[in-house]
Amino acid sequence: MDLMFPKKPYRTHGGAHVPHHKNTAQMESAVMPCPSQVILPMQQHVGAPCKPLVAKGDTVLVGQKIADSQAYVSAPIHASVSGTVSAITQVMLPGGQFVEAIVIDSDGQMTVSPDVKPPVVETAEDLIQAVRESGLVGLGGAGFPAHVKLNVPEGKTLDTLIVNVAECEPYITADNREALENSWAVLSGVYTLRDLLHLKRVIIAVEDNKPDVIEALRKIADNPKMDPEDTVRVLPLKSQYPQGAEKVLVQACTNRVIPLGKLPADVGCLVMNVTSVAFLANYLKTGMPLVSKRVTIDGSAVEYPKNVIVPIGTKISEVISFCGGYKKPPRKILMGGPMMGIALTTDELPILKQNNGILAFAEEEAGLPEPTECIRCGRCVSGCPMHLVPTLLEKYTEQKDTEQLQKLGILCCMECGTCVFNCPAGRPLVQAIRLGKALIRKAGTK
Amino acid sequence: MEKKLIVSSSPHLRSGMTTQKIMLDVIIALMPAAAAACVIFGWSALLIMVVSVASCVLCEYICRKVMKRANTISDLSAVVTGLLLAFNLPANINPLIAVFGAVVAIVVVKQMFGGIGQNFVNPALTARIVLMSSFPANMSGTCWPIPFWYKSSADALTSATPLGLLAEGKTDQIPDYLQMFLGARGGCLGETCALALLLGGIYLVVRKVITPVIPVCYIGTVALFSLCLGRDVLLDLLSGGLLLGAIFMATDYTTSPIDLKGKIIFAVGCGVLTMLIRVFASLPEGVSYSIILMNIMVPLIERGTRPKPFGKEPEKHEA
Repeated sequence: MDLMFPKKPYRTHGGAHVPHHKNTAQMESAVMPCPSQVILPMQQHVGAPCKPLVAKGDTVLVGQKIADSQAYVSAPIHASVSGTVSAITQVMLPGGQFVEAIVIDSDGQMTVSPDVKPPVVETAEDLIQAVRESGLVGLGGAGFPAHVKLNVPEGKTLDTLIVNVAECEPYITADNREALENSWAVLSGVYTLRDLLHLKRVIIAVEDNKPDVIEALRKIADNPKMDPEDTVRVLPLKSQYPQGAEKVLVQACTNRVIPLGKLPADVGCLVMNVTSVAFLANYLKTGMPLVSKRVTIDGSAVEYPKNVIVPIGTKISEVISFCGGYKKPPRKILMGGPMMGIALTTDELPILKQNNGILAFAEEEAGLPEPTECIRCGRCVSGCPMHLVPTLLEKYTEQKDTEQLQKLGILCCMECGTCVFNCPAGRPLVQAIRLGKALIRKAGTK
Repeated sequence: MEKKLIVSSSPHLRSGMTTQKIMLDVIIALMPAAAAACVIFGWSALLIMVVSVASCVLCEYICRKVMKRANTISDLSAVVTGLLLAFNLPANINPLIAVFGAVVAIVVVKQMFGGIGQNFVNPALTARIVLMSSFPANMSGTCWPIPFWYKSSADALTSATPLGLLAEGKTDQIPDYLQMFLGARGGCLGETCALALLLGGIYLVVRKVITPVIPVCYIGTVALFSLCLGRDVLLDLLSGGLLLGAIFMATDYTTSPIDLKGKIIFAVGCGVLTMLIRVFASLPEGVSYSIILMNIMVPLIERGTRPKPFGKEPEKHEA
């Protein structure tokens, strides 16, 4: 069996030394006061959008379920403030698609709903049901409904839980602060998951640029009173982007390779973001569903960068005002980190469940270099964590050669952006790869 | 009116590395050898370098203008080609021949195939081969200027290169290893000073412009081959254009394989061909031809050495 704890992380391919810019890592999170209004889109997860359970004019309380779906891959949505539903309207998501959204005008009271009470959880099935009701989605940014991940299909067995505290995106420190401010909740969540899902070992993976997090978590995890059988350990990872990407992380922790199109469960692993784990522990204790989120607000255009705990659905512009507003005119606003985040068209969008950062950049950081010809330097190849040849993928996308694209493994690309970061010619490689994938999808549906 | 937000595809962060910075690093790495050339062969070496660089840049400028393409002289790649071309010429050559070489390198080999990143053979080396066959009297035999000829009072100011001497059996006239290491020998103006070339190579590796894979595999193969044939290994390493070729020409991004496995095959191939030419062919020196031949093999090598995508099932070959 390979169920030993690795002394040091296993080798992974490629990666890049991106600048960390973890400016907010040492700052206590601030709690945002109740906003005047929240906008809750019906799609804040991967899967089917929810249907509203309330109508215009209804009064809602904090933690009350206001939208749900019959679909299995979906997650319910809860009111994050108390107040009145003022509209059910269409809003644009960061990706550009329009969905239905519930707008709640806050009464400023933050009255908690009587429905909020700790769930009774004794078995794995109870846990999965509770997680579904909590509205939890992967808080690392992917937004995959957590109950789906926990419900392992017949024939597959999990042996390892990997808690993702890599946080390899520059600027973002939300998971870092969660691990420091809620270390006990993290470990409590870890023990619950381990015991209910009968996991044999838990690896808490932290990039080594966060020595304080490693120390804080080790203090609890290595305490023999808490963990007599020594099933939980902290594993420091190299601070190298994209160390926190699921497939890279699983390889670094267990030396297992997730096949293309498969999930960590196929190699016996459950990967959960640290904030998700801590949320789970708090939910089991209080019954308060996912209604607020810690978000890193940073970037050269923001007056006072900090981590803010905000009610989900708060407008980005309001959160930035809370951080002192803009000190320079913003020219680029990102939802997420600078490597994989989405550039927004406006700061009037709401904070979503899976958001971990909002970055606002002034003119100097907003522009991108003009691309020049590829000089075949190979930096995209040596940096690719998925062993791809991005420059060839770009070439074949231009030629619309879907057969070659598939042969070259374009679908393995997770769009981490390492190739573009490294490229001296400023080639838009990831953009081309996204286009290439779209070409394959189009060819497949014909 | 307030300016609108910029929306672009991720990632939004760049390393700051540019083609221009890479080329500048190569130019810096070539400087010790350029300085050594001026010391060993005098002002005429400097003249050839200046003429070659100026004509390469001018050719590139005119080409891009005529082809109505964006101008690329600021990426400094033409300067690198110019320097490398000069390094491959004898210091006493007619500067007009250098101009002709620049036209071949930039116009024919580089720009006619689409400019930077598109040429399939090394421009400077191809120009050298064209000049060798067009002006054999100036680039072969005993026409090489002797070191410090400019302050020498001897009658004969030129001689053969060490490999030329070896081929003719005049082993007593070959300079000793230290002289060879410091560059006091006949040859092209930039290829003689091993010390300066190695310094440049170390700089490129430290700056991560190149990995040591190609130079080490190339030079290692030559050493092994030489040892097996019972030749003078150090002489083989320090003579001809081996160090210049292995460090600066075979590592050219555009004309060498893009990933590690391919680079190893490419470099070993260069080493084997170099020694085959040196030992069995009628030419005393084989670095230029071996690199050009391996340049042509690159697409073939790359087809066989593609990295296997992470977690992807191997392609099933249909019967």
